[in-house]
Amino acid sequence: MSTTHSTPQNTAQTPDIAAVEKGQEVGRRTVALSRADLIRYAAASGDHNPIHWNERFAREVGLDGVIAHGMLTMGAAVDLVTEWVGDPGRVVDYQARFTKPVPVPDVVSGAPDATTAELSIVGTVGMVDAEAATVRVDLAVTLEGTKVLAKSQVVVQL
Amino acid sequence: MSIDPALEGREYPPAKPFQVSREAVREFATAVQAAHPAHHDVDAARALGRRDLVAPPTFAVIVAQRAEAAVVADEEVGIDFSRVVHADERFTHHSPILAGDTLHASVRLERIRVMGAGAMVTTVVEIAAEDGTARSTVASSLLVRADDAEEDA
Repeated sequence: MSTTHSTPQNTAQTPDIAAVEKGQEVGRRTVALSRADLIRYAAASGDHNPIHWNERFAREVGLDGVIAHGMLTMGAAVDLVTEWVGDPGRVVDYQARFTKPVPVPDVVSGAPDATTAELSIVGTVGMVDAEAATVRVDLAVTLEGTKVLAKSQVVVQL
Repeated sequence: MSIDPALEGREYPPAKPFQVSREAVREFATAVQAAHPAHHDVDAARALGRRDLVAPPTFAVIVAQRAEAAVVADEEVGIDFSRVVHADERFTHHSPILAGDTLHASVRLERIRVMGAGAMVTTVVEIAAEDGTARSTVASSLLVRADDAEEDA
């Protein structure tokens, strides 16, 4: 897969805690989701709950249709923090509450893996603890302007 | 039918050990759209001083949910999984989960909060490497909704 065996050193650039300020934006991104992504996450995680792939079942349990795994949303939201801190091993705590479902409708026509939901994620520094050398990043995760996660907080060790 | 708060604190035997393969780390990272090279490329992980591929921050959920299955299967607790909504999740990482790890996990029923005819059930899973080194603590809450008849009452 890789083109060369040289390793880009810039992947290890960890922010200097002295330069990190509360309120600072650490990154933002969008995450496009399709039914194919839900099936991929089910396979990778072992979570095969049918509310994430079967319309009839989802409706029978009172949902409006198939929804994304909360853990898919949570898992996808944190990557911008990993990129910012330069090393996924520096993420020491990560929590979230699942407040709103993320519906991922089936496509009506065309490619079966077309995007039918798009999450928007913005990460902002919520707290800096210089003594412990930790920073808390708060993630705002929204679907069409509505928050889908609450208290979505990541603590990184710098 | 509500869940008996007296079951709080119940502990379960360890789940079957989970071997973390590079393929599992890459597949999970791809599924959560985690592009960091340390999840995918062994050289990139080693450049960070890690022994092997570093699992994404929520990878531990795979291991945690396997352990939590013991609680869901416990008839005395009586969770109707078709009425469950995942309410919250928290990972506390004591050391990074790496490809090559064999993980041991055990679950306890941390808290049962009765809410009307339903309940909020919080489980805590402790995950450790083969040599006993603590890797992650995973707390998860499930909201078990009352069935429709009780909701309407």
